[in-house]
Amino acid sequence: MDLLAAESNNPNHEFITFAIGMSSPVNYLPIVIQSAVAIGFVALALGASHLLGPKRKTAQKEESFECGIEIQGNARYPISIKYFLTAILFVLFDVEIIFFYPYAVNFKEMGIEGFIAVLAFVGIFMAGFIYVWKKGGLEWEK
Amino acid sequence: MEFSLILEKSILVLILTAITLGIATYLTYGERKVAAFLQDRLGPNRAGIFGIFQPLADAGKMFFKEELIPKNAEKWLFILGPGIAMVTACITSAVIPWGGDLILGGRTISLQVADVDIGILYIMGIVSVGVYGIMIGGWASNNKYSLYGAIRASSQMISYELAMGLALIAVIMMSGDLSLRHIVDEQSGWHGMKWNIFFQPLGFIIFFTCALAETNRAPFDLPECETELIGGYHTEYSSMKLGFYLFAEYINMFISSAVMACIYLGGYNFPGMDAAWFSTHPNWLSMIEVGVMFAKVSFFIFCFMWIRWTLPRFRYDQLMHLGWKGLIPLAIANMVITGGWMLLFGK
Repeated sequence: MDLLAAESNNPNHEFITFAIGMSSPVNYLPIVIQSAVAIGFVALALGASHLLGPKRKTAQKEESFECGIEIQGNARYPISIKYFLTAILFVLFDVEIIFFYPYAVNFKEMGIEGFIAVLAFVGIFMAGFIYVWKKGGLEWEK
Repeated sequence: MEFSLILEKSILVLILTAITLGIATYLTYGERKVAAFLQDRLGPNRAGIFGIFQPLADAGKMFFKEELIPKNAEKWLFILGPGIAMVTACITSAVIPWGGDLILGGRTISLQVADVDIGILYIMGIVSVGVYGIMIGGWASNNKYSLYGAIRASSQMISYELAMGLALIAVIMMSGDLSLRHIVDEQSGWHGMKWNIFFQPLGFIIFFTCALAETNRAPFDLPECETELIGGYHTEYSSMKLGFYLFAEYINMFISSAVMACIYLGGYNFPGMDAAWFSTHPNWLSMIEVGVMFAKVSFFIFCFMWIRWTLPRFRYDQLMHLGWKGLIPLAIANMVITGGWMLLFGK
């Protein structure tokens, strides 16, 4: 039996499927409430553990951990460039992926024409991706 | 928004936060029991019967331990790091629908904190902010192991976010909406069994893999890989701040299981629910739906633990290869095939 028909017979469930449409700023208010509760809990727990815990500080305890040997220099020395490259590539590709979302939402209305347009966009995306791959941007062993 | 609605939402938020924290606490117990079961041991069994008070004892201990801030660390960022990780973990659950509506005293109460039309984008956005918690904490520690753990964690999380976003696009094409409530209701056909996993098996596998990587769970737990990095990004942490990093991981596991249940496993839909609509009181039906939702979530959480205690850890270059060279092209192919299939067969 058809569920949508069952739903329209049942007044209690009508707004489950038909509550589609634009959200107004008021709809976001519960998120603000939840954030306030979360921040309040975190602040309270951190404060409580600060007050409850013992405080017996010594010079050795306050040093950074380095496998029992003396600290060698600062921790913030140059690291592998590959991590930086990953971050840059993420920014590039993430922006392109975000462009897919409006298309995906309107996929059914746009039909075959929209699909061809998106195939062209996927082509450009893949061209950039394959370029990065062939250039060695995704290599980690070297 | 009138006052009674604000009150209703506040109560819902408080209940949800309490449940989330309770589940996160008891997941530590669950994890140790599952590990013990898989390794043929007993697991924690001293505090209370079957050791069920163990997580409470652990949480109490977190409060009464000395908190240490290394003297060459950035003090405020050091405190801010675990705070961000915990807050972002706690607020992701706002857009997840836990069940149908309750009718109490003539009021219809939706079991979802906020039904916003950007549902999935909200979750993706908050999860990205969670990276800052780890990065800030690891950097502020001024410890080489912490810094490496933090950099590994962020670079792993952003890499897998790409494939995750691409896998979701195929689902959004099918539903035409970003709201999780709508996506769940779309799956209520075929007597409550028209789940997206039957149409998107590949997308589900990609999403599940990415969820493991996003929550830093084995086999992708390189940020806290103890043989190389001691404790990873939380090496320098102690007391409740360490607790927050560990709790945040368990909460993220719980939330990503809930998201997977909503998107791929039909959320609170269950077989035979259309028959139950006529024979059951709506409130009872909603409670059954919440139970079904939590059963699906528990199943996913058990899978997370099962995988952790079964598979060995990846090497870092293998992890990056899987993310970039494996999952991203697969997710693109999945998206194009889904689009072509839907146009050809007019689904």
